[in-house]
Amino acid sequence: MTAHAITENEHHEEHHDADATSVLGFWIYIMSDCVLFSCLFATFAVLHANTYNGFGVHNFLDLPYILAETLFLLASSFTYGMAILNVYKKRRAKVLTWLVVTILLGLSFVGLEVHEFLHLFSIGHGPQTSGAMSAFFTLVATHGLHVSIGLLWMIIMVVQLCKFKINSDVVRRLTYLGLFWAFLDIVWIFVYTVVYLIGGM
Amino acid sequence: MTSEPTHKLTSGVKTLQAYAIGLVLALLLTFASFGLAWMHLEQGNHSHLFSPAGLMFALMILALVQLFVQVVCFLRLNGSKEGRWELMPFLFVLFVVFIIAGGSIWIMWSLNYNMMH
Repeated sequence: MTAHAITENEHHEEHHDADATSVLGFWIYIMSDCVLFSCLFATFAVLHANTYNGFGVHNFLDLPYILAETLFLLASSFTYGMAILNVYKKRRAKVLTWLVVTILLGLSFVGLEVHEFLHLFSIGHGPQTSGAMSAFFTLVATHGLHVSIGLLWMIIMVVQLCKFKINSDVVRRLTYLGLFWAFLDIVWIFVYTVVYLIGGM
Repeated sequence: MTSEPTHKLTSGVKTLQAYAIGLVLALLLTFASFGLAWMHLEQGNHSHLFSPAGLMFALMILALVQLFVQVVCFLRLNGSKEGRWELMPFLFVLFVVFIIAGGSIWIMWSLNYNMMH
């Protein structure tokens, strides 16, 4: 740590400690969410072969489609990072721009996923048809629901930024949302690999 | 100056360089996984590169490497004095996840195996 950073720390000791503790609290929530997802992954791994008439992920897998979803989410993780960097520099207009880009990328991801689900329903392979499809829908939709809630949160932050400018509360909430958003992208790496690439083999 | 303490809100300082490196590595790993799965599907079960079990293993390794890349570059988790508070729950959760997912798969596979043989 540089001498500069140490003085900075001493300067804001009290303020900083409270923030670090609350971030740790949110971090613990994210870690508990990891446990939730690991249960759903375990369920999918156990049930993926329990198909009805052999209809599983390999029957509807469209690799380029899934790659597009993955790239949208990865790009949104990066653009959210750009928003956070501009929060540090207190450039509100740029923060808003990057947040809107992130929201659009996130919406594209959710749109593609909903489209895939609707397609599965329309060809008669909803979650009620087999253990494999139940496990698939539960895992992928739980992730999609998290992303949707993250998007709602992001829209609320855009409104707050317009109203309150960049104050310490807004910075704290944006930090939490950043952790949440990066976490969702990390979970998606495993959905992409386990459900689609391996499950579709 | 007033903007400085916000850096310390998370375990690591976020920088453009870290995000750019993270993005490039994550893209490479995503395309590598995609390429492996694509080749496998194109060649049917006659893949020259990997057996199905080998492919599964390779894809899992790529996913775990990407997990590491994103945790370091995007979440900025590190072993510094400050970051340790977040690193410890993270390592504990990795352990719990390993028990839940690995344990379930192991038990259910053995169960299947014993029912069939």
